[in-house]
Amino acid sequence: MKQSVAVNKSEELKVAGMLKTLLFKINFTLPRLDGKGLARNLLIPVVSIILFIVLWHFGAKALFTIEADYKIQKALTEQGQVAADLTQACIDSGDISCQPNTLPSPAQVWASFNTLIADHKVISADKLAFREKTAAINEKRIAQGKEPITYTGRPSFVDQIFTSLKTVFAGFVLAFLIAVPIGVIIGLSKTLRNSFNWLIQIFKPVSPVVWLLLVFMIVKTMTKDSNQDSAFIISFISVGLCAMWATLVNTAMGVSSVDKDYINVAKVLKLGPLQKVFKVILPSSLPLIFTGLRITLSVAWMVLIAIELLAQSPGLGSFVWEEFQNGANDSNSKIIVAMFVIGIIGFLLDRIMLIIQNTVSFNKNATA
Amino acid sequence: MAYLELKNVAKTYGEGTTKTEVLTDINLSIEEGEFVAIVGFTGSGKTTLVNLINGLLKPTRGEVLFKGVPVMDTSHERGVIFQNYSLLPWLNVGQNVAMAVREAFPKSNKKEVKARVDEYVKMVNLYPAINKRPKELSGGMRQRVAVARALAMNPEMIIMDEPLGALDALTRGNLQDEILKIWSKDKRTALLITNDVDEGIYMADRIIPLRPGPNATLGPEFKIDIERPRDKTELNDNPEYKKTRNAIIAYLMGIGEERKSASKKVYTLPDLSPKSYVA
Repeated sequence: MKQSVAVNKSEELKVAGMLKTLLFKINFTLPRLDGKGLARNLLIPVVSIILFIVLWHFGAKALFTIEADYKIQKALTEQGQVAADLTQACIDSGDISCQPNTLPSPAQVWASFNTLIADHKVISADKLAFREKTAAINEKRIAQGKEPITYTGRPSFVDQIFTSLKTVFAGFVLAFLIAVPIGVIIGLSKTLRNSFNWLIQIFKPVSPVVWLLLVFMIVKTMTKDSNQDSAFIISFISVGLCAMWATLVNTAMGVSSVDKDYINVAKVLKLGPLQKVFKVILPSSLPLIFTGLRITLSVAWMVLIAIELLAQSPGLGSFVWEEFQNGANDSNSKIIVAMFVIGIIGFLLDRIMLIIQNTVSFNKNATA
Repeated sequence: MAYLELKNVAKTYGEGTTKTEVLTDINLSIEEGEFVAIVGFTGSGKTTLVNLINGLLKPTRGEVLFKGVPVMDTSHERGVIFQNYSLLPWLNVGQNVAMAVREAFPKSNKKEVKARVDEYVKMVNLYPAINKRPKELSGGMRQRVAVARALAMNPEMIIMDEPLGALDALTRGNLQDEILKIWSKDKRTALLITNDVDEGIYMADRIIPLRPGPNATLGPEFKIDIERPRDKTELNDNPEYKKTRNAIIAYLMGIGEERKSASKKVYTLPDLSPKSYVA
């Protein structure tokens, strides 16, 4: 992208999409960042973010007041006036031991975010120290043909993110490897399309939970003898199976709806069947395949959380569930932090797919 | 034996009640090296006729013979220039042409393919744009790529389906000259389908009108006895040109009249007047 240098000047412009890029191509000038342009591209998003935080803050405060009043009332009816006063004083002092359990405020969430980052630094340092300590021993163990000692401490929040990304990536690759070839084959033959249609229509709406259970039944037996991490295998296969349908349907549709002119060209040039598929049909259905892959990736990321939660597989999903079960005073705000992180990563994944789509396919008009 | 021969060819689309016969009793024979133009109204089945000849479609009745052998499939011997260019948008000019060259000459190596591609892209004056995608080209340039692609396969016969229909008059004229120049160089057999009578007269040896479909069939042929190379400006004063042009147009207009009068059914309307609701 030649114009990326210019676009980078304003993060907001990147989001402004194709129309602007087109303008760039025509005269290579920055769109004027004065008056309307500035307001639309920078001011309004910033204002809306501030508005959101303010609303959240007051909403959280209102919920907090309701919870606190209830707590004081309860102390009053059960233990009398003294206990109620004590509770009131405790809540007002900000002591974490008696804070009402409710929606955390933006400030609390920000604090939790910092805690999680600090926690990650501590754990990373721990890990590094462990590695240095065991380096010599591990060398000996490997020389003796034994398994090296690995760090088995608690994973940090950032580690969980990477575990989740690994799972979702594995699931996405699986979905890609299953859905695209089958989609192409189904798309090429009307008979196959008709015979597979019922299967797709029935399995497409099945909930991720059911897929997980199905995969669990099979993988559990198949990994009985090995000491592999079956939780990871189960979760990535389930993610792949849940998410592959969009790609399957889109690929089949793309392949079956190739412009008749291109097919005629292939016939007139007398391309062989394989060449016809790889040189004409696949390139022309690439935009639709990529749309499917983008949906697949976002679905994969979405179901991943639920699946990790159920499969006891490490990652953001189990982080959220553990925090919920934990019930510590900052658990709620940690859950909200995880929510934002999940959302932002999902958004970034979609952007990356869009960039790949735009570089690979001839149809440069794809937008969010 | 004619080079290309159509014997009582008919083509129907659909089944049962939706069945329509687009072409009926098409008889045509083209000699080697001839330039024949078929002129007809839009929607008269011209594209169907082209597809029957190039092998994309099979006739419902009758036979299409190419050098005495029935046409069963497409062939590299018959190059086609489509109405809507049909370039592959994900390939650039050179790649579009190269794809055809590789198919027509499977034994040639990379260097030979490149040389041939360059030769034909240069021939249609597009060498500076060889790395451009079809989207970046004008309509006339795209059509030139299509011409280069068809000719690079070295076909014995060129079939052109309204190749210049979507172009403006000036570009059209230029491309007509270019196609004629290429054709006259090695006198390939050419079949041009067009809706422009002047274009037909300027380019072809013979003009055959196609009567409008359904049940379209070929009309009587008109020979163009004007010496080549023809000059567009002089053509206007040529009595032969005027005569042929008037005859063809009169014939086509006659068909148009026939068509109109064929549907002249008298409908009697019921004798009603609007009811008044105003009190």
